[in-house]
Amino acid sequence: MIEIKNITKTYGSGDTAFQALNEVSFTINDGEFVAIMGPSGSGKSTLMHILGCLDTPTSGTYFLDGRDVSTLDDETLAEIRNDKVGFVFQAFNLLPRTTVLRNVMLPLVYAGVPVEEREKRAVVALHSAGLTETHFNHKSNEISGGQVQRVAIARALVNNPSLILADEPTGNLDTKTGNIVLSTFQRLNKEQGCTIILITHEHDVAEYAERIITVRDGRIVSDVKNTAQRIQPSTI
Amino acid sequence: MKINDILHETYTALSANKVRSGLTMLGIVIGISSVIAMVSIGTGASNSISSSIQSLGSNLIQITPGAQRTQGFGASGGRGNARTLTNADAAAIAKEVANVTAVDSQVSGRYQITAKGTNTNTSVTGVTSAYPQIRNLEIAEGSFISDEQNNSAAKVAVIGPTVSGDLFGTEATGVVGQVIRIKGMEFKVIGITVAKGGTGFQSQDDVIFIPVMSAERYFSGSQYLSTIAVQAASQDVMTQVQEDITALLLSRHKISDPTQADFSVLNQNDVLSAASGITSTLTYLLAAIGGISLLVGGIGIMNMMLTTVTERTREIGLRKAIGAKKYDISTQFLSEAVALTIIGGIIGIILGWGIAYLVNLSGLVKTSVSLSSVLLAFGVSAVTGIVFGYYPARRAANLNPIEAMRYE
Repeated sequence: MIEIKNITKTYGSGDTAFQALNEVSFTINDGEFVAIMGPSGSGKSTLMHILGCLDTPTSGTYFLDGRDVSTLDDETLAEIRNDKVGFVFQAFNLLPRTTVLRNVMLPLVYAGVPVEEREKRAVVALHSAGLTETHFNHKSNEISGGQVQRVAIARALVNNPSLILADEPTGNLDTKTGNIVLSTFQRLNKEQGCTIILITHEHDVAEYAERIITVRDGRIVSDVKNTAQRIQPSTI
Repeated sequence: MKINDILHETYTALSANKVRSGLTMLGIVIGISSVIAMVSIGTGASNSISSSIQSLGSNLIQITPGAQRTQGFGASGGRGNARTLTNADAAAIAKEVANVTAVDSQVSGRYQITAKGTNTNTSVTGVTSAYPQIRNLEIAEGSFISDEQNNSAAKVAVIGPTVSGDLFGTEATGVVGQVIRIKGMEFKVIGITVAKGGTGFQSQDDVIFIPVMSAERYFSGSQYLSTIAVQAASQDVMTQVQEDITALLLSRHKISDPTQADFSVLNQNDVLSAASGITSTLTYLLAAIGGISLLVGGIGIMNMMLTTVTERTREIGLRKAIGAKKYDISTQFLSEAVALTIIGGIIGIILGWGIAYLVNLSGLVKTSVSLSSVLLAFGVSAVTGIVFGYYPARRAANLNPIEAMRYE
């Protein structure tokens, strides 16, 4: 469960101080599929960094699975990211010149999981993300953009995280491929009960989520249940 | 991260840009191989100098006439021409100084030698029968000068193999018994020495020995000696013998102030330690030159690693985002640097060994590669990797994941 309360993030100090987030509070329960939407400069990236434990807030508290992670140091945050967060980025998701399988195993390498178990778990995650054995030994530069995103989803899944944080995951894809990626998220949310937070600036993309939080100028302007959730039939 | 993972990452990273890795490694290869080759040449030179000094004789003490100092502003005599040592001095040393096994009086000069239409110019040394014992000289044919021949100032000569070759041809037989002319005076060859091999400018094979009495009577025309060579009983008593000789000669020459001595006593150990001092300095110098190229190689590694870290900023950001700690990142980059230096170090050791071997084959210097220089070079290369890899690795580890992922 994610519980953030009065989160404020200020960059710089004095006259040049810039408040990226201003008293943001919300709760996301396990198994929810939430979109955080807002134009660029709205503070959604800052929010994503804090939710993903890449950064800490200037003030306010962030409870992730009951633990306050808002004041932890870099090394402990790295552990939390490894253990509880799965990331899917817009670009540069995978290590270059490295096989699909090795990329998916990477979080387990840092978690110190034994070699035999790594491969088993990576294969399960790749199957969940809709990839087949034929791709496993391809290098990351030998597969398509949509496949790259699904490998990234598999990597996000591999350590059974408390939440999957997807930052503009379809930003570099055409609509058709993007829909496949979004349907993968939907399926994982429905079938495996994964908690997914989707950061986007596109309304079309946000509509795939069950709940849409809209951010503007560092504040939440709306937090509504998405009554018109778009269901993309799974293509695999 | 487990050791296998680190090795895997290192291999992937280094093989991704083989040319760059290879060129960077080349710096270390050159550095290490030059340290090993140069130290081996230095050690070889040092060994050959020591052994040639040893071959001059064992437990040898040489007394040479020194410049005779006159009080006030008198003219100072030349050191080489000084006439202060006499046969009586040599006899007194043999009689009065303890632990002396042999004393040899010598008079040397350089004269024109002729024999049946050939001629040469070489050094003619008047010696006593003690010479072979003191200077480790062996006779190949015939015999050396005896005490009787010396006392009667016989016109006999023992010649070195080079002289024999110059005068009678290298293939000649029956040289013993032939007659040579030294400064126009006939001398009968009674022996030929065993070849010692050339050392330095003066070959020990290009010499003629005649009785010291003959040399005094026919050539120098005086009682003065150019050298008194003394053999001490053992290594341990050399200092005592040296001091006793000094004291004896001072009193015989009626000199009360040791700094005014008209002779100098040279201990072979002093020569040896002076020479080994010079050669070890030479070895350090060579090692330092190799060390400089190793330093340059190390800077090359640092340069490459900094470039790599910059190029892979986004990768580092990604790794940190999915849970890599500072330690994981710094270990990864440090092991890349260390792998470069260790692989380069191993190639460098093999190459350095090869160079030393080739120099050996060329016959210039008998090189010797010591285990310690190999271990030192290897240790230095590993340390170079750690030292020059540390800064780039730290820089990578301290990158902020958010900024690193945004890096273009």
